[in-house]
Amino acid sequence: MNFDRRRYLDRVKERESRSPLAKNCFFAFLFGGGICAFGQLLLSLYLSAGLAEREAGTLVTVSLIFLSAVLTGIGVFDSIARIAGAGTLVPVTGFANAVVSPAVDCKSEGLVMGVGAKIFAVAGPVLLYATLSGALYGVILWVVGLFL
Amino acid sequence: MRSIIRFPRPVSIYAHAAAVGGAEAEGPLGALFDYHDPTDRFGADTWEKSEESLSRTVLNLALVRAGESQDGIDLLFSGDLQNQCVASSAGCGSMGVPYVGLYGACSTCGEGLLLAALALNASRETSRAAVVTTSHNAAAERQFRLPLEYGGQRTPTSQWTATAGGAFLLARADESDVAPTSARITAGLVGRVLDSGVRDGANMGAAMAPAAADTLLRFFSAADETPADYDRIVTGDLGTEGSALLLELLRENGLDLAGRHRDCGVLLFDPLKADVHAGGSGCGCSASVLSALFLPALERGEIRRMLFIATGALMSPSNLMQGGTILGIAPLVVLESGVIGGDK
Repeated sequence: MNFDRRRYLDRVKERESRSPLAKNCFFAFLFGGGICAFGQLLLSLYLSAGLAEREAGTLVTVSLIFLSAVLTGIGVFDSIARIAGAGTLVPVTGFANAVVSPAVDCKSEGLVMGVGAKIFAVAGPVLLYATLSGALYGVILWVVGLFL
Repeated sequence: MRSIIRFPRPVSIYAHAAAVGGAEAEGPLGALFDYHDPTDRFGADTWEKSEESLSRTVLNLALVRAGESQDGIDLLFSGDLQNQCVASSAGCGSMGVPYVGLYGACSTCGEGLLLAALALNASRETSRAAVVTTSHNAAAERQFRLPLEYGGQRTPTSQWTATAGGAFLLARADESDVAPTSARITAGLVGRVLDSGVRDGANMGAAMAPAAADTLLRFFSAADETPADYDRIVTGDLGTEGSALLLELLRENGLDLAGRHRDCGVLLFDPLKADVHAGGSGCGCSASVLSALFLPALERGEIRRMLFIATGALMSPSNLMQGGTILGIAPLVVLESGVIGGDK
């Protein structure tokens, strides 16, 4: 067969169907915005219940994580995310789903080698490098602070 | 082996069965399958065990259709997508039949049929062989991609691993107790591993199309035949993306399939209803469609001769992460209708 790998890869790229960008952006905006509006609603609710602004803010994050975890557990989150895309991925909801979904998935391999070992299979890189960079910036801040 | 293997004694597929999951049963071929489980569980509590159960179920269905027990089977060729092919070995492989485990990714059905036909031609003592291949969407997603409940969007080129299985019982066509109307395997061609250079695990059709093109070009140049000699040229699971690429590659090399081409991955699902994007895939995809759609058409004489090219993307996630590519493979078998074949 007359087959030129480079030309073939160019052709694959050229003809492959693209993700519907405008539609995806629209739904991401709609769902992402909706989640933020819901967060704002929760914040107002917690503030009116007498919580301090800092505590109320933390509680909003905790509430969104909790709801994402529940929706992932009952198998609804992925159906929403299929339409919402970045709308559910970018807020803290996406991170909660990235931790809970492997946990749900791997419970068939047991609590230690399944859930325990694989819970961070998706979120692991974010956790590791976020923690590392946090420590690194802390050191930089401390060093800069010595000379100021 | 570079040339066509022509079987001195054609081999009949004297019984076969297909079993599928819920989404496949709702597809355009839904009514044609012998069995389906809308829950995809097949009575088991984990997805991996569900595929084992599917593997046993589909072989049992074929045995029931033939009115035989597994004790009559001399050799069993079986494969799936799970690591160590465990759905096959713990599934139909545990039924006490001499067993050969196969891995050809989604091409396993073609590989199995070819090997079974070879075995039946090579050994007089082997009179009955079985081929079983399965795939399970949830088990495959867990192993190759992301957790099932992970919320992500799939790209339009990605394919959907079918929850499906096919079982085929084979014997030499000239044996007295084989129905003369059964479809026959008269020849085959072993595929060559072809490196398309594709690294995108969400575009398997593109990774497999060059292997399918290579097999077809080799076949037609060696057979001294043209696509016009076949009523159907059926590929396993190239999907819409891979099918278009296959036809382009063939045209460039001077081969026009002229409307004879069909793809099991495209046929299995309704693209508008199911969220399958470029089509179905998996060892069970081509096996179930072959059993439910094409073999009955051969048995009725509606299709006289056809080529079945199972397509496999030999994808290893760790190999990909180490910079490897997705290798393609495409074994071919020539299937002929017993209805017409007898007159020739």
